[in-house]
Amino acid sequence: MDTLERFLADHKFLEEMKPEFIEQIVGCASNVHFSSGDIICREGRDADKFYFIRDGKVALDIHMPQKGSISIMTLDSDSVLGWSWLFPPYRWQFNARAKTEVSAIAIEGACLRAKCINDHEFGYEILKRFSRILAERLQLTRLQLMDVYSANG
Amino acid sequence: MSNHNGNPMLPESFSVKRIKNETDDTFTVELQPSKKVLDLSFEAGQFNMLYIFGVGEIPISISGDPCSTDSLVHTTRVVGTVTKAMRKLHVGDLIGVRGPFGNPWPVEEAKGKDVVLIAGGIGLAPIRPVINYIISNRNKFENVVVLYGTRTPKDILYAKEIKFWEKKHRIQTFVTVDRAIGEWEGNVGVVTKLVARTPFDPKNAIAMACGPEVMMRFTVRELQKRGIANSSIYVSTERNMKCGIGHCGHCQFGAEFVCKDGPVFRYDKIAHLFDVWEV
Repeated sequence: MDTLERFLADHKFLEEMKPEFIEQIVGCASNVHFSSGDIICREGRDADKFYFIRDGKVALDIHMPQKGSISIMTLDSDSVLGWSWLFPPYRWQFNARAKTEVSAIAIEGACLRAKCINDHEFGYEILKRFSRILAERLQLTRLQLMDVYSANG
Repeated sequence: MSNHNGNPMLPESFSVKRIKNETDDTFTVELQPSKKVLDLSFEAGQFNMLYIFGVGEIPISISGDPCSTDSLVHTTRVVGTVTKAMRKLHVGDLIGVRGPFGNPWPVEEAKGKDVVLIAGGIGLAPIRPVINYIISNRNKFENVVVLYGTRTPKDILYAKEIKFWEKKHRIQTFVTVDRAIGEWEGNVGVVTKLVARTPFDPKNAIAMACGPEVMMRFTVRELQKRGIANSSIYVSTERNMKCGIGHCGHCQFGAEFVCKDGPVFRYDKIAHLFDVWEV
């Protein structure tokens, strides 16, 4: 088992996934590294990848004219970054910036989508796991929107 | 501080020794007794009723150090008539104090265990005496972690002090904010998100949480996901405390009175009330 396969097999996102499915993902994967301050993805650009963060911290932010970047969430080791690769028009919906040195595994979106189309069972597994992340992030965002720490919260 | 005058309804006179802004809308007031000899001891998690003469009386958690009780320290937010008046006090002004009241945090039970302290917003103030107690008895506790969430970086309470918790006292501290603009390099997101990554042994850990009730509800869920038993989770609740001794009924929470049976409750004792919309 090579390093990529071992890391992916141990990742929480892929917990209990069949080894042959992990192999399919490895076929679309590569190691990447970002320096602190690097822009990993930019809103509106092609979302051709997503990332398993191995180490480091990434900030998701949105740029507001005259206000600068508003950071809406930080992601740490073992997080998954990006789901825009999964849905047309395959464009990033936010910016992601490395806040520290970041090592990650990049997965080619088009490569994985093709495998999902060819093998619906595999595709369902991927979609199910991304749906869970989407639901978790939605819950966290709802809690953030409640502004519970305000004087009227 | 004991109810030394024998009447828990009768305030003792204190004077303002120091008053300090913590953030834009929070401040800490330090009080000293007008009488020279007065026992100011309290247990972490207890509260006092502070009376601004001619304005009103409100419950405020004690946020000082239970191991050093030469004055009373309270941190609060400017949110109503009494706290607005309190913020305008000057050194030497008089204030009435009744207390301390309430059930404390289980610091003795936490000895020999990992301790996870989770605070949201002004909820860090009632947790701070636990941290101070741990600092004074650091070797009696295993891994200690503080998770603190607040609105924005400028709303962080005790910002200077927090830096020393980790550096000097081996208390890992993770701060997260709901929103960040500009230079903030820390975490962004709700405090509950930090629980999943917090280093503790769920079989030998005790968790104490204080903050808005909705935050605590989600926090408890995350702690449960980590495998910590309900009987090892403690929450500090807030209701409209008035008498402080469980007589007036203002703070009734199901069959409990928050002023007397709380504000700190073991979660398994009140879990059934957490899911009720209006208690």
